[in-house]
Amino acid sequence: MKRFIGFIKKEFYHIFRDKRSLFILFGMPIAQILLFGFAITNEINNVDIAILDHSKDTTTEEIINKIAASEYFSIKQIIEKESDIESIFKKGKVKAVLNFEKDFSKNLIKDNNATIQIITDATDPNTANTITNFVGSILQKYQKDLNKEITIVYQIIPESRMVYNPELKSVYMFVPGVMTIILMLVSAMMTSISITREKELGTMEILLVSPLKPFQVIIGKVFPYIFLSIINAVVIVVLSIFIFKMPVQGSLFLLGLESVLFIISSLALGILISTISASQQTAMMVSLMGLMLPVILLSGFIFPISSMPLPLQIISNIIPAKWFIIILKGIMLKGVGIQFIWKETLILLGMTVFFIALSVKKYKIRLE
Amino acid sequence: MGISVNHISKSYKNVKALQDISFEVKKGELFGLIGPDGAGKTTLFRILTTLLFADEGNATVAGYDVVVEYKSIRNSVGYMPGKFSLYQDLTIEENLEFFATIFGTTIEENYDLIKDIYVQIEPFKDRRAGKLSGGMKQKLALCCALIHKPKVLFLDEPTTGVDPVSRKEFWEMLKRLQEKGITILVSTPYMDEAALCDRIALIQDGKILEIDTPEAIVEHFPKQIYNVSANNMYQLILSLNDYEHNHSVYPFGEFVHYTDSRTDFNPEELKTFLETKDLSNIHIDKTVATIEDTFMELAK
Repeated sequence: MKRFIGFIKKEFYHIFRDKRSLFILFGMPIAQILLFGFAITNEINNVDIAILDHSKDTTTEEIINKIAASEYFSIKQIIEKESDIESIFKKGKVKAVLNFEKDFSKNLIKDNNATIQIITDATDPNTANTITNFVGSILQKYQKDLNKEITIVYQIIPESRMVYNPELKSVYMFVPGVMTIILMLVSAMMTSISITREKELGTMEILLVSPLKPFQVIIGKVFPYIFLSIINAVVIVVLSIFIFKMPVQGSLFLLGLESVLFIISSLALGILISTISASQQTAMMVSLMGLMLPVILLSGFIFPISSMPLPLQIISNIIPAKWFIIILKGIMLKGVGIQFIWKETLILLGMTVFFIALSVKKYKIRLE
Repeated sequence: MGISVNHISKSYKNVKALQDISFEVKKGELFGLIGPDGAGKTTLFRILTTLLFADEGNATVAGYDVVVEYKSIRNSVGYMPGKFSLYQDLTIEENLEFFATIFGTTIEENYDLIKDIYVQIEPFKDRRAGKLSGGMKQKLALCCALIHKPKVLFLDEPTTGVDPVSRKEFWEMLKRLQEKGITILVSTPYMDEAALCDRIALIQDGKILEIDTPEAIVEHFPKQIYNVSANNMYQLILSLNDYEHNHSVYPFGEFVHYTDSRTDFNPEELKTFLETKDLSNIHIDKTVATIEDTFMELAK
């Protein structure tokens, strides 16, 4: 036990004396969560639009006021003629132009219909789509208010409700993903680098010719990172709760346990990587290419798994991150207990056991 | 109960690193493996420290078989690899403490064993190992290899890259450790260090050329060696190589070590020959063979 403590002490010296690894350990999680939370977002907020109002009557004024009052849009410019539309888009000043036809009010009252043209800059298709929908729903609401007294005989009213993330906040989607990526990277990359560093510097040779048993070396290497990853997980959860108002509906205790399970499976992957790579650089490349990319692309973090082609959907099953994200979303957003995620937990547990067994088997007690 | 090596062979792909190596090191002996780079010294060390498997043959260290009882060996030997292998980001004291702990001991417990060496680096004990000079690194590495009171000590080229003064100190330390009953196997490419061992094995291209005490090895040199000097060293070597009766010509400091192939060699004859080659100030004197001469002769 004393040996083990001595070994762990040494590992902490390594970590705290290496500025680079300290930065990766603590700088990256915070930077990533803030980046994903603030910068990379699908929501629209204060989108600049322009208005081309040919009628300038009370109705158009009311509509414009309603649009300006919503937090989604801010009216950047009022333009006067059709030809300005093209140039204002080219300058990239606005994302959309609302074009009210001539005699809007009059047409509405006389013919019972008036037209408004919504022109959007579709270089960013997601935003264009969202803008169209939002403007549409503002108009619909206005229309409903106008027709309060009139009853239409046949009417289908769709009443949609978005559950678990009613405001469609993208941060709810990113937090579980970012947490997964960070835990995976810190655990797998840092352990694989720290083990290969011993190989590279030749200290592994001395450790092998010592009474330390392989599992003692491995656990000694891995233990500090379990500890640090748990701190990271806590930091991420705290940040997302307090800065992004991310709810944690389910049990924090269960969330913690599942995170530890995922951390251990990533550490086992890290050990596995270190057994196949001879230098720190290889270990880093393998961790980044072999873990980061699949986690980002195939785990369902950014791209929904259900819309992937079948072969990729099948491949996604072997990625531990996919299951962890499902678990995280379950606990944080839906507030489910273990009875709903036992299947995913079991899969993750099975993978962890498999990785540990494989890496212990592959760990060399000699140099060849 | 020291080290016993029986018919060890080892190959890497196409290279035969070790071929049928056998020797014994007695308990408490200071045994030197002398040979140039690439002779197979490190491979042999790694086999004996249980880091590599031999292709053929077997070996025991402190009475334990290197394959079957590797765990017992790892408990009872000290190993100092050729490459500096301590933690560069840990201080002297932290390194030493770490190695003491993983061997289940403390610095205090075996302090007298390392005392002579440690006092020299103790003033710098808070300095990181990566910032030490070559000699200090070696002393620290030796301390770390000794801290658990090993029965057998393996030192792979401990003095390579170390200045002459530190080298001398290092060997004095080894002598003192030997007095404490530790069996020491040391390898070195420096022939002058060979004379400081109890017995040496000359090794080249994975084969042992000779094993004996340094004195006996020198005595067994079959020829009379002459120190030859002249005004122009380069011209001298060329001319001696041209001489039809030469047996060996090796530059050796300010002299050329020369042996003749005939038994009735007359130095005057050689002198006359050299004078015809425009050399002047020629001296030819008898000298005694060194281990280097023996090595060159055997490696021929």
